[in-house]
Amino acid sequence: MKKLKQLLASGALLTFVSGLTHADYGLNMPVGVTETSRQVYDLHMLILWVCVAIGVVVFGAMVYSMIYHRKSQGAVASQFHESMTAELVWTVIPFIILIVMAIPATKVLIDMHDSSEADMTVKVTGYQWKWRYEYIDEGVDFFSSLDAASNEARQLGSDIDPATVENYLLDVDHPLVIPVGKKVRILLTAADVIHAWWVPDFGWKKDAVPGFINEAWVIVDEPGIYRGQCAELCGRDHGFMPIVVEVKSEEDYAVWLTAQKDTAAAAKLAAIEDLDPRELKMKGKKVYRSTCVACHQKKGEGVPGVFPAIKGSVVATGNIDKHINLVMNGKAGTTMAAYKDQLSDVELAAVITYQRNSLGNKVGDVVQPKEIAALR
Amino acid sequence: MATVIDTHDDHHDHGPASGLMRWVTTTNHKDIGTLYLLFSLIMFMVGGAMAMVIRLELFQPGLQFVDPSFFNQMTTVHALVMIFGAVMPAFVGLANWMLPIMVGGPDMALPRMNNWSFWILPFAFAMLLGTFFMDGGAPAGGWTIYPPLVLQGGDGFPFMIFAIHMMGISSVMGAINVIVTILNMRAPGMTLMKMPLFVWTWFITAYLLIAVMPVLAGAVTMLLTDKFFATTFFNAAGGGDPVLFQHIFWFFGHPEVYILILPAFGIVSQIIPTFARKPLFGYSSMVYATSSIAFLSFIVWAHHMFTVGMPLQGELFFMYATMLIAVPTGVKVFNWISTMWKGSMTFETPMLFAIGFVIMFTIGGFSGLMLAIAPADFQYHDTYFVVAHFHYVLVTGAIYAIMASVYYWIPKWTGHMYSEKMGQWHFWISTVSVNVLFFPQHFLGLAGMPRRIPDYSVQFAEFNMWSSIGGFVFGLSQVFFCYIVYKTIKGGEKATDQVWEGAEGLEWTLSSPPPYHSFTEAPEVK
Amino acid sequence: MSLEHAYYIPHDAKWPIVGSIGLTLLLGGFAAQLNGSSAAGMAMLVGFLVLVYMMFGWFGEVIDESEAGTYTKLEDVSFRMGMAWFIFSEVMFFAVFFGALYYIRIFSLPWLSGEGAGVATQEFLWKGFENVWPSNGPASVGGEYEKMGPWGLPAINTLILLTSGVTVTWAHWGLVANKRKQLIMGLAATVLLGFIFVGLQALEYSHGYNELNLTLGSGVYGSTFYMLTGFHGFHVTVGAIMLTVMLYRSMKGHFTPENHFAFEAAAWYWHFVDVVWLGLFIFVYWL
Ligand code: HEA
Ligand code: HEA
Ligand code: HEC
Ligand code: CUA
Ligand SMILES: [Cu+2]
Repeated sequence: MKKLKQLLASGALLTFVSGLTHADYGLNMPVGVTETSRQVYDLHMLILWVCVAIGVVVFGAMVYSMIYHRKSQGAVASQFHESMTAELVWTVIPFIILIVMAIPATKVLIDMHDSSEADMTVKVTGYQWKWRYEYIDEGVDFFSSLDAASNEARQLGSDIDPATVENYLLDVDHPLVIPVGKKVRILLTAADVIHAWWVPDFGWKKDAVPGFINEAWVIVDEPGIYRGQCAELCGRDHGFMPIVVEVKSEEDYAVWLTAQKDTAAAAKLAAIEDLDPRELKMKGKKVYRSTCVACHQKKGEGVPGVFPAIKGSVVATGNIDKHINLVMNGKAGTTMAAYKDQLSDVELAAVITYQRNSLGNKVGDVVQPKEIAALR
Repeated sequence: MATVIDTHDDHHDHGPASGLMRWVTTTNHKDIGTLYLLFSLIMFMVGGAMAMVIRLELFQPGLQFVDPSFFNQMTTVHALVMIFGAVMPAFVGLANWMLPIMVGGPDMALPRMNNWSFWILPFAFAMLLGTFFMDGGAPAGGWTIYPPLVLQGGDGFPFMIFAIHMMGISSVMGAINVIVTILNMRAPGMTLMKMPLFVWTWFITAYLLIAVMPVLAGAVTMLLTDKFFATTFFNAAGGGDPVLFQHIFWFFGHPEVYILILPAFGIVSQIIPTFARKPLFGYSSMVYATSSIAFLSFIVWAHHMFTVGMPLQGELFFMYATMLIAVPTGVKVFNWISTMWKGSMTFETPMLFAIGFVIMFTIGGFSGLMLAIAPADFQYHDTYFVVAHFHYVLVTGAIYAIMASVYYWIPKWTGHMYSEKMGQWHFWISTVSVNVLFFPQHFLGLAGMPRRIPDYSVQFAEFNMWSSIGGFVFGLSQVFFCYIVYKTIKGGEKATDQVWEGAEGLEWTLSSPPPYHSFTEAPEVK
Repeated sequence: MSLEHAYYIPHDAKWPIVGSIGLTLLLGGFAAQLNGSSAAGMAMLVGFLVLVYMMFGWFGEVIDESEAGTYTKLEDVSFRMGMAWFIFSEVMFFAVFFGALYYIRIFSLPWLSGEGAGVATQEFLWKGFENVWPSNGPASVGGEYEKMGPWGLPAINTLILLTSGVTVTWAHWGLVANKRKQLIMGLAATVLLGFIFVGLQALEYSHGYNELNLTLGSGVYGSTFYMLTGFHGFHVTVGAIMLTVMLYRSMKGHFTPENHFAFEAAAWYWHFVDVVWLGLFIFVYWL
């Protein structure tokens, strides 16, 4: 029955763009993979059909009138201009229809608000322009940003055909991983501006507001990879902060979690060692290209008036402590964020060293990870 | 018994001063109406050109033409220009031209202030558009100017704020003028319940304007002080809340969208009876419906914010209140259809646009109703489904009504008939293309394409291409519209006073074009 | 049938365009100033002077017309309605700031301090933050400060404004009864009280800034306090200037018991300012 309804629905929609459509892209809201998303889908179809039905009646009457009550058909205008009964009818009937819609809508809404008794909690923080996922009580914490292939292809004038990039703009370097069938509570917030976390297959989106935490929850029924995007304008690269959620079976999830914990520990150890300046610069270039380039641009030339150049910048060629401080703590009131939580000691040391000795700058000094660690 | 006092009797008795200064210093409601309408047309082209940039960039996946931040500037300024520069001034222009005539008065009640209302606008928009040439470019945080994002703007930011202040001052003065004109300038016998519906809808719109433009002014003032004077209204660290801005903005913003549609309802209620040759069905229920819509518009604002994390009770309240608006709006739609029913219809261009309005506005209303269902809006919100909704109500709603009114009244304004053949072409090309432009956006939104993005994943390519093609054709057909207007002003078949066979109302008792001072003698009201 | 009354339609209004230019210079200059441009102060000054010139010219023209007997009842009604709706728009402007104050106290502070749905917010972002009013937020923006109490200057200011509301009404009675002396004395007293109010307000601000460390930047308390009282103070100043003009015109003998719309407009405005103050006193200083 449900299948039939779906079929009918897409059939009706298809007729609107008769012949143009293929099966391989969506016309309608996805049914999704959660109880919530199915409820929302059903609600959506219900109101859609109600509107279509009203439309048929209303437009039908209009078209009939336009055909039969035209002057060229010899129609003579009657002069009636009031009817209490008619007006009452078309006030009361829509009202009843609205109540019929409101009842299931209320039910779904109440269900969605219940985030109690969750099995695990993930704190999601929006940054310009990436997501951070913290597994509360697990000590797992990482950033998730647009994958390299899409990032390269999406640059203005890149000459790369997006069709050749797999999951163009919908892939990330580190997806969020959650277990199947568990109630995952999601705490949403943001570090700079408002973002919104949205995976269509889960059936909802919610805003991530800086300074506040919003709660939501999800229980996914089927393992798989689900994709979404930031859904609140958050600046220049709002279109380029996708969300990918990998839903794994419970065993796979446990394996993944252990691996994450191990790498986190390893990264901590690595920070102690001093690195060769050349290696620092090389690592720094990578960080720069992934993290800073959106604003300060590939050659460090910046965007005049908005993002300062690194090339020849007073900060990047002046006192190194000021430089370190700026990158670690950011500058309040500007888009220059505090990177101390976003980047590791090694990455910070690397990118600062890179900025001072590349991009047209030749200061010659180096900062080592342990100096950064000491400043935390 | 000429009863309009001229100060400069020595030269032009009942005519305007000449040269450019005529337009700068005029206090005549028709001159000012013309200025408003021309300004609005120019702004429609400017805002439309920005929409063309948007559609061009979205023609294909991948970034081909503009930088993402320039794209955001386009989106933001497109909306600000269209709403504050095109639709609102067009309605004020129509009010200026028609209200005094429709109520049988000599002019607007406060003529000098009327001039100022208009002459603030070009300066305000020069300021807004000037931001494109400043460091950091034009505002790029969306027309909803949400903090904290908008506070990251460059040098253009304070200019945008003050431009909005100026637009607000202009609108409030314009609205006061409308109210006073309607209350105080009616000819004897023109009781409130005899006023044409266009007058009624504008009357109510003017109240909305006075009530909410100051709210917008307050909101942007707080943005300004948050950015430059260390206040923390919208900053949690100091105890404020970014969401507070959204509440204030939408307390303005939702009534604002009815400001953009109520005068359109009025226009359509003038045109349909004329071409159905039958009196408007349910006049008084139209008045009550309009008032109910205006009232409800103040208590539904948070339907734009279902996803910000309101408490359950809040979401339920705003969902129910929003759904209720469908009832009075439905009354209007049904009354229009009943007016057509058993009429003797002809389909000149104004009627075509009016019918196009009724059908396509209703489609936009249906999608509005879908958006009002909070749990479903969690999916629709900030997708192209919303973009489709509001372009149906704004472009095929507000803009279509304005087009209809121009065709309807331009013979009266200029004394020339427009070319009916060209008008029909304009309608059909526009109507086909506008649906190719906006209908596929419903599918894009449902399939998951967020709004305000310069680039998208390849699954959305095909519909975007259709939408862009529709956009280009629709854009060109508006250039054609400009040409039709130009031709009509320049010349054309002489229009009679009555112009339309079925037309009723005081405006048709005056000559085409009407004398410089509309009613020097109070007309008789039947 | 003819129009019952002649309605006056002025021609060739040059003041609006002057006003637009002045407004643009003033606001554009201010914007440039905020962006750190050095020449901007000059533009602001010129813009301000142009606006003052415009007001003198515009109002002067209207006064001349009025004195020449150009207006009848009909114009008078237009002016009255215009003023009334203008004041309504001002009410809405103040409503925004009051609304912001209520929202902050009823919704945002409780949320930040972990009440109801805000538990996670407090736990993860603002540990230990408690909701006590006045507040400068969980990050104590602007540092330690003291609240502005109601029972010192503010209470005196309340008395002053209430008294001035009485004196202006007394002046009006004088005007209607054609007692010129009462009119002028009443108005003079009102103007004086108005400026004393502004002076005391300035004193209070200096106290706030210098001794209480209470600034615009003292979190939401400082923000709402100074924005509300500041905009109000600005309106009092404008109202007092309007009344000063009325005083001057009264002395010139412009008003008659039948015809004195300008006086009434200024008085309405004054009462509006008065009522807003009561709101401020209760919600900003007291509660
Ligand atoms: C002219 C402008 C205009 C008009 C008239 C409307 C009319 C309506 N709008 Fe729309 N809206 C906008 C302009 C407008 N809107 C804009 C600009 C935005 C986006 C802003 C932004 O974010 O940038 C927006 C966004 C918007 C949202 C937020 C979506 C989101 O961001 O998630 C919602 C949600 O409730 C909504 C609802 C409605 C409703 C219920 C109506 C109703 O008034 C519609 C009523 C009409 C009908 C229902 C059709 C006729 C009725 C019948 C034939 C009777 C029978 C019908 C039934 C019983 C169903 N609108
Ligand atoms: C009354 C208001 C109004 C009007 C009339 C329009 C008209 C149009 N709008 Fe607009 N639009 C909004 C109000 C309006 N819009 C709002 C409020 C937003 C939201 C902004 C935000 O997110 O902050 C928006 C956003 C918006 C978007 C989404 C952008 C995004 O999310 O990034 C798009 C995309 O297609 C779009 C397209 C169009 C098009 C193609 C037209 C067309 O109808 C325009 C047709 C007119 C012309 C084209 C002008 C005439 C032609 C020329 C000047 C010559 C050049 C012509 C060619 C080269 C062919 N609009
Ligand atoms: C979201 C945009 C953005 C990103 C990403 C960004 N910056 Fe910045 N950066 C800015 C802005 C804006 C400023 C100017 C701040 C100011 O007004 O002083 C700035 C300033 C700087 C300066 C000082 C330049 C000068 O001379 O004033 C340095 C150094 C710097 N950033 C380093 C970095 C590093 C390192 C990274 C990546 C790890 C980075 N930035 C990422 C926006 C950004
Ligand atoms: Cu983050 Cu949009
Ligand atoms: Cu709305």
